[in-house]
Amino acid sequence: MLSEQIQAQINRELKKYPADQKQSAVMAALRFVQDEKGWIPTDDMADVAAYLGMPKMAVYEVATFYHMYNLKPMGKHTLTVCTNLSCTLCGAGDTVAYLESRLGIGFGEVTADGKYGLREGECMGACKDAPLLTVNNKKLCGKLSKEKIDQILAELDQS
Amino acid sequence: MINIEIDGKLIETGRGSTIMDAARKAGIHIPHFCYHKKLSISANCRMCLIEVEKAPKPLPACATPAAEGMKVHTHSALAVKAQQGVMEFLLINHPLDCPICDQGGECQLQDVAMGYGATASRYNEEKRIVMHKEIGALISTKEMSRCIQCTRCVRFGQEIAGMMELGMAFRGEHAEIMSFVNSSVDSELSGNMIDLCPVGALTSKPFRYTARNWELSRRKSVSPHDGLGSNLAVQVKNNKVMRVTPIENEAINECWISDKDRFSYEGLNSPERLTKPMIKQDGKWLEVEWQAALEYVANGLRQIANGAGAEQIAALATPHSTLEELYLLQKLVRGIGSGNVDFRLRQSDFSSDGKQQGAPWLGMPVAEINSRDRLLIVGSFLRKDHPLLAQRVRQAVKSGAQANIVHSSDDELLMPVANNAIVAPDNLVNMLAQILKALAAEKQAKPDASVQGIEAGSVATAIAKSLASGERAAVLLGNFAQQHPQAAQLAALAERIAALCGAKFGFLGEAANSVGGYLAAAVPFGGSVQGMNAAKMLAIPRKVYLLLNVEPELDMQNPQQAMTAMHAADMVVALSAYKHHASEYADVLLPIAPFTETSGTFVNTEGLAQSFKGAVKPLGEARPAWKVLRVLGNLMNLAGFDYDSSEAVRDEVLGGVDIAQRLNNTLQSVSIPNPQSSILSGLQRVANVPVYSADAVVRRAVSLQKTHDAATPCVTLHSSELKKLGVQPGDTVKVSQDNASVNLTVQADDRQPAGTARVAAGQAATSGLGAMFGTITVERT
Repeated sequence: MLSEQIQAQINRELKKYPADQKQSAVMAALRFVQDEKGWIPTDDMADVAAYLGMPKMAVYEVATFYHMYNLKPMGKHTLTVCTNLSCTLCGAGDTVAYLESRLGIGFGEVTADGKYGLREGECMGACKDAPLLTVNNKKLCGKLSKEKIDQILAELDQS
Repeated sequence: MINIEIDGKLIETGRGSTIMDAARKAGIHIPHFCYHKKLSISANCRMCLIEVEKAPKPLPACATPAAEGMKVHTHSALAVKAQQGVMEFLLINHPLDCPICDQGGECQLQDVAMGYGATASRYNEEKRIVMHKEIGALISTKEMSRCIQCTRCVRFGQEIAGMMELGMAFRGEHAEIMSFVNSSVDSELSGNMIDLCPVGALTSKPFRYTARNWELSRRKSVSPHDGLGSNLAVQVKNNKVMRVTPIENEAINECWISDKDRFSYEGLNSPERLTKPMIKQDGKWLEVEWQAALEYVANGLRQIANGAGAEQIAALATPHSTLEELYLLQKLVRGIGSGNVDFRLRQSDFSSDGKQQGAPWLGMPVAEINSRDRLLIVGSFLRKDHPLLAQRVRQAVKSGAQANIVHSSDDELLMPVANNAIVAPDNLVNMLAQILKALAAEKQAKPDASVQGIEAGSVATAIAKSLASGERAAVLLGNFAQQHPQAAQLAALAERIAALCGAKFGFLGEAANSVGGYLAAAVPFGGSVQGMNAAKMLAIPRKVYLLLNVEPELDMQNPQQAMTAMHAADMVVALSAYKHHASEYADVLLPIAPFTETSGTFVNTEGLAQSFKGAVKPLGEARPAWKVLRVLGNLMNLAGFDYDSSEAVRDEVLGGVDIAQRLNNTLQSVSIPNPQSSILSGLQRVANVPVYSADAVVRRAVSLQKTHDAATPCVTLHSSELKKLGVQPGDTVKVSQDNASVNLTVQADDRQPAGTARVAAGQAATSGLGAMFGTITVERT
């Protein structure tokens, strides 16, 4: 079952679309699930499908198509590092290597305490701040250096 | 109409049609994979790229609308280069394992690669691999790596089957066709995806690796299952049916067949087949020669006829028997002097016998369903009883028709339903009366005398409004309505509703020969000798029963009563393709040929007689039933049993007969006693015949029996009834009817009206119970 909070959020989203086209809200609905749980279990995809009156498989298509939906638990804080051209030219390789050594995990993995997950990302459209990473797809952190990364991780450790 | 030119040929084509449509009309072949005439355009395989003059680049023929004066080249240098380029891309990730591929020899990719592919690939890198998924007992996805992502299977699910079970997950080179997290594909039309798949990615699980396409000979046949009469290609190797595929017939089955038509052939090769005539002596079954068996039967019949009287002889046949078989059975029985012959085994109300002006039929050609704009479907498990008719209704609804349902179970129809009147079985008559009353008000006509005292409720009014607002309405009665104890009243009311709104009025034929049985006179009225109907023959037990294809515990309205009658009879002769329960009560078992091993005729629900020839030789000593009945007629010294072919029998029945003249749904003088609501107290049984339990062949089709539709029956109640009983879903409960009881699992489903219990018929687990309608009790164990 979707939580009451998610249902309320979806209902709000549904007001933007015609009543007979509820499936327009599928991307938002999946986002709400991920915001709450950190990832999207398949049971919740089925619940979203039932809530929006669309086939389960259609929800699954959307959830698997977009990179930013996590199909497995990715830790409390998911760090997504851009490895596209601008970032790589500005040292994304070093960022990745440093993050991997600090956290002891590689791309697609989660730390043993479940606190951090690391993902490889695509261009975030802010190349002027390269190299970049995002925290939980929400917070953009640019001009990364070892010190900056330490600072970001220290802040996240606190939370 | 607009004019375009393709490869120098001037073609006239409809406005809005695509270049592909125009080319197909003119017989010009454009290679394609994702395009299919019955599916929406997706234009994702790009194989149909062609050159259009003045267009800067090649265009996909399937998605480009034809425009006036367009000049198209399908084989110009530009077009061919584009097609070859696409082919090279498609083959990059394709395994090219044709020598071990089931699709080899009938593969679109193979064919097109022969025409447009290079002899060797320039791609030396690793090919991608797609892991296979388990999607049920019918379709294999073992070689998903072969998929070229045409999405035909996905679009079929969405548009034709009505449920999107397969989809394309992930993206780009990771894209995969799959179902939702290990769920199976349960559509009753799923097998068509195998035909649609242009490569060997979706293959038939039962057929895999059993034969190569070029080893098979294709024989035309007709489906013996539902009333549609789908055209089949029975594919044969070494005198064995290896698989069944559709033959396109736009007026009947289009290019589809249901899974029942497709996979039930497994039942033809079942180890339960009866291959030798058998006689029971001193409680032991002996295999005997045909002559001995038939003489035994003839002697028995003669003795009873001369002793106890011919009216002690009763004959029951399934409506899945051929026209010839049904005709000869009634001719034999009437020749002996008995009129006790019937094929309407699951019917319970015979009061319209003699009042119906002809054979009940669909009331219109099958293809006309698509063009209806208002439908009232009464008492039908539509999707499971008539998978392809349901598909046609779905298409009608898609193009704007309103479907109104009156039924005792709100089954998922996979289409938007305008109004749903779900009531207990004993309220169906009342509901139709309400609709008639409301419709009369709507049409400002004087309401029928029988519904004067009826108050029309809101649902009935909504249905009446819907019907009144249409131009091409249809009122159809399903199997449930025809088997209902008040079937004649339901039909009479439905007929009046149809008359009031100018609708077509029809019966959805339960089985392949539901119309043919009437034409063959295999009914106790109308023939030279009158007799008892199917229900009466069991209620007043007879001394001799001739069973043609019948398994009384599964095929009859009241299996309990049927079994009592069988056990009490002096002689039971079972003409059957299978060894079945008859061995317990029968005296003679005569092996007869199923539809692939005999010639014959089925008259489908629109009254179309379709004859077919045997596809293979009868197994063992089995013989076509028409021959068995003919010899029995000879042994009984009856006149007129000198046929030398089944065609001769057919011509005797249908020769010079205009079938259309014999079809008539009009009911005369059926009285409708003031239709009350809620006649019965207690729980009422709602019995469906599960789709894979409806006839003898499909019951033995092993793969179909592994599907969800063939699951062991449970008893389904409204959740409030569960609460009353104090049981949880999944608990075992005692279900009793007519002094017999069985233990079944209970399930809650609020689509079932309160006061009803859904317990399937036609299944071994429930065959100990009584009639398909009536009160039933459910208790805690």
